Amino acid sequence: MNNNIPFMKFRKIAAIASIVLFSLSVLSLSFKGLSLGLDFSGGTLIEVTYEEAVELEEIRNILIENDFDDSQVVNFGSNLDVLIKVADQNGNSSIGESIFNLLEDNGFKGELKRVEFVGPQVGSELRDQGGLGMLVALFMILMYVAFRFQYKFALGAVTALGHDVVIILGFFSLFSWDFDLTVLAALLAVIGYSLNDTIVVSDRIRENFRSERVLGPQDLIDLSLNQTLGRTIVTSLTTLLVLFALFIFGGELIKGFSLALILGVMVGTYSSIYVVANMLMSLSITQEDLAVPEPEGADFDELP
Amino acid sequence: MNKNSALRIITITLVLLVGCLYALPNLYPTQPAIQIAYTDSGKSADQFLLDKAESILENETSGYEEIFLRDNKIVIKFKTLDQQLESKTALQNKLLDQAIIALNLEPTTPAWLKDIGGKPVKLGLDLSGGVHFLLEVDIDSALQARLEVLLDNYRKSFREDKLKIANSSVKDLALSFEFRDTESYNEALRAYRNDSIGINGGIQYIITERPSRKTLLLKFSDVAIKEIRDYAVGQNLTTLRNRVNELGVSEPVVQRQGANRIVVQLPGVQDPTAAKKIIGKTANLEFRLEANSRTSPLRKEEFNFKDNDYRTAFLERAVVVSGDRVTNASTGFDESGFSQVNITLDMQGGRAMQKATSGNIGRGLGVLFVEQKSKSELVVDELGNKVIEQTSYIEKNIISLATIQAVLGTGFRITGVGSPQEASELALLLRAGALAAPMKFVEERTVGPSLGKENIELGMTSILIGFSLVILFMALYYKVFGLAANVSLVINLVLITGIMSLLGASLTLPGIAGIVLTVGMAVDANVLIFSRIREELKEKDPQSAIHDGFSRAFVTIFDANVTTLIAALILYVIGTGPVKGFAITLSIGIITSMFTAIMCTRAMVNLIYGNKNIKELKI
Repeated sequence: MNNNIPFMKFRKIAAIASIVLFSLSVLSLSFKGLSLGLDFSGGTLIEVTYEEAVELEEIRNILIENDFDDSQVVNFGSNLDVLIKVADQNGNSSIGESIFNLLEDNGFKGELKRVEFVGPQVGSELRDQGGLGMLVALFMILMYVAFRFQYKFALGAVTALGHDVVIILGFFSLFSWDFDLTVLAALLAVIGYSLNDTIVVSDRIRENFRSERVLGPQDLIDLSLNQTLGRTIVTSLTTLLVLFALFIFGGELIKGFSLALILGVMVGTYSSIYVVANMLMSLSITQEDLAVPEPEGADFDELP
Repeated sequence: MNKNSALRIITITLVLLVGCLYALPNLYPTQPAIQIAYTDSGKSADQFLLDKAESILENETSGYEEIFLRDNKIVIKFKTLDQQLESKTALQNKLLDQAIIALNLEPTTPAWLKDIGGKPVKLGLDLSGGVHFLLEVDIDSALQARLEVLLDNYRKSFREDKLKIANSSVKDLALSFEFRDTESYNEALRAYRNDSIGINGGIQYIITERPSRKTLLLKFSDVAIKEIRDYAVGQNLTTLRNRVNELGVSEPVVQRQGANRIVVQLPGVQDPTAAKKIIGKTANLEFRLEANSRTSPLRKEEFNFKDNDYRTAFLERAVVVSGDRVTNASTGFDESGFSQVNITLDMQGGRAMQKATSGNIGRGLGVLFVEQKSKSELVVDELGNKVIEQTSYIEKNIISLATIQAVLGTGFRITGVGSPQEASELALLLRAGALAAPMKFVEERTVGPSLGKENIELGMTSILIGFSLVILFMALYYKVFGLAANVSLVINLVLITGIMSLLGASLTLPGIAGIVLTVGMAVDANVLIFSRIREELKEKDPQSAIHDGFSRAFVTIFDANVTTLIAALILYVIGTGPVKGFAITLSIGIITSMFTAIMCTRAMVNLIYGNKNIKELKI
């Protein structure tokens, strides 16, 4: 592609946009929180398929009458499929069957497709494990990028990843989408994907800084972004193609998963262009930073 | 320039060959089959059982395709599902409790493929349907139970030594003794130090001395706690395996997870409630007194012996102690060198045993083994489909009848049990009925068979559609190079399938999503190379552009993929079940896509353009 977009000219606007999105996400996360899926909240969930459409309100009333107060009844995919989620009741593991039997006794005959029960302790463990895993992943990646590139790139890469993760979480919080284990998996995949993008861009920036001696940092970064733009767009496009296939044809169970990834690919593509480059600019990257490393290691005296 | 070296050609051919070979078993359909195993899990299926099954099948069913012994089981293959169901009913009703009969689907992998370890990809529970349970072993109550036994033993021993105890209790998993006077305190401490009490055999305690309050505190050491935990979890695992065997599932998984949890996975189980009942049941051993001449007919029952169908005995109806009170059973030898079985009961069991035996020395004490069995019948349901209807019943058999020689407590022994082998069988049965510590369900996931099928279809559709879209796009956008990339993509899918089959990793719905994602991301490496070649073309001739494009893109591809691999590996470590499946396919996909882009695409591009004089390169 023969283009010459002055990306860095808009870097302030991009920075403001990122900060606004990021803050909104943080706000939503701290005030509204995430609507945790069964894996993390604990409780019981059953999925039933009925032969004809049923009134959800009736099911809700039956549940309330029988003291399942804290329950959610929603359609799942079609109006024949009903998903019932009941909050944990002291780790009682047989609520799923009781509810199914209760509904059958009340004339709701259907096929029990799925029962899931997660004890409160398991839920909180998965929560801890998930959060820890995310942090460990970010840290290991920081180390790898610092080792392969330079610490300024590592800071840029991790900022970009944090930016992506928080914004996706923000979306899940704002729209009250269920956050379960598969979404967490998607989030880690997004980390992988976004990083992939970031590294391709960083790699080019590094290469250009080493070979070009005429242009200044801003022009060099613009040049690198333009050079990698074709690849960035094509890869995002093919990945989005398969993700939309998954979102549309993959069924209800992995809707949240594909949604998180679709958002992730979009935000990740944006962040690899703007967030990383922005960070490098504000850390005032110089040619010396990227000189072929000498045995003593890099010179860290130029911190702004 | 750009010629394929012999090494590259050989590597690609080898990898492709192996990949295709191990992916091949997935193309063969499955076939309805039945597996038969002896109910007694220690016994392997033999020719006798095989002959018996064969004659039942020949006399009562419309036929089968093949019957043979494999591992500890008999496998029978059928041509149709109807034959399978019909045969299961016939077999079950003839073999009754002798054998466990499980329906399953046998892969029709040819023998030569099986010989080199070829097998189709295993399906996760979300695709095959079935149940997943996570049970937690309550270690604290196992510790508590042991401390109570210990408390009782110490009390007895202190009383015999005329020591004055003011207070004794088990609190916060520690044993506390408060003595009335310093003398008693010192004496007890000395007794403990000399280990004269002799009840803490082997297990280590930490003793805390509080002379000012004349109190001794006894706690389990960390080593002891670990030992008790390992014993309890191991014991519960064995018990669960036996119970799961009763369910007749073809490939159950019963595994320890972490310090005190056990995972049970039962693929294909249709009725989770029944499964839960059998897994979660507690008592399946009963100790009862033998009925004597004074026992009224209303209060006695006749039972068969387990190892001898013709021998029976009358036992009282009242149960003295049930199996959940048994904390351990092991074999040993008595003074004259004969085998014996040592039994340990918990506190409550010990008291009940003491009460029941104190006035009954000389009478018989019987041990009943209680099993839940099922009978099945072929019936036609409302929709006209043939289905198997299972009814379960309980069977009780005597596994031991011995004479009471003395008043029994928490620990006693059964002598005269025959050979060492018979003794260890009895000990196994005694333990089989018992859980060393109570368990509770902490996680349960049930996927109905129809949902499993639906998930497979949805997954496959999304792979196909996503895959076709990407292939189309690449061919249109990169033309000849795109075709090379597409061939690599197909190879990539074959390799992922082959590796998954070879590793025996389970494919789950998120796993399928992982493959779909890999398809999207796999083209990335190709795209990187191609756009690099395009750039190089501006300054160089086509041949050097191709050469430099590949070698320059390599570093980038490597760095980008290693980091994604880090994320995938972490996901594998923290994830469970389906999410682990995603991590597996993603990791495999990253590695295979690197290989195909760097090696295969290169080889194809070389084949097409290598050593030729190209004036213009369309890319």
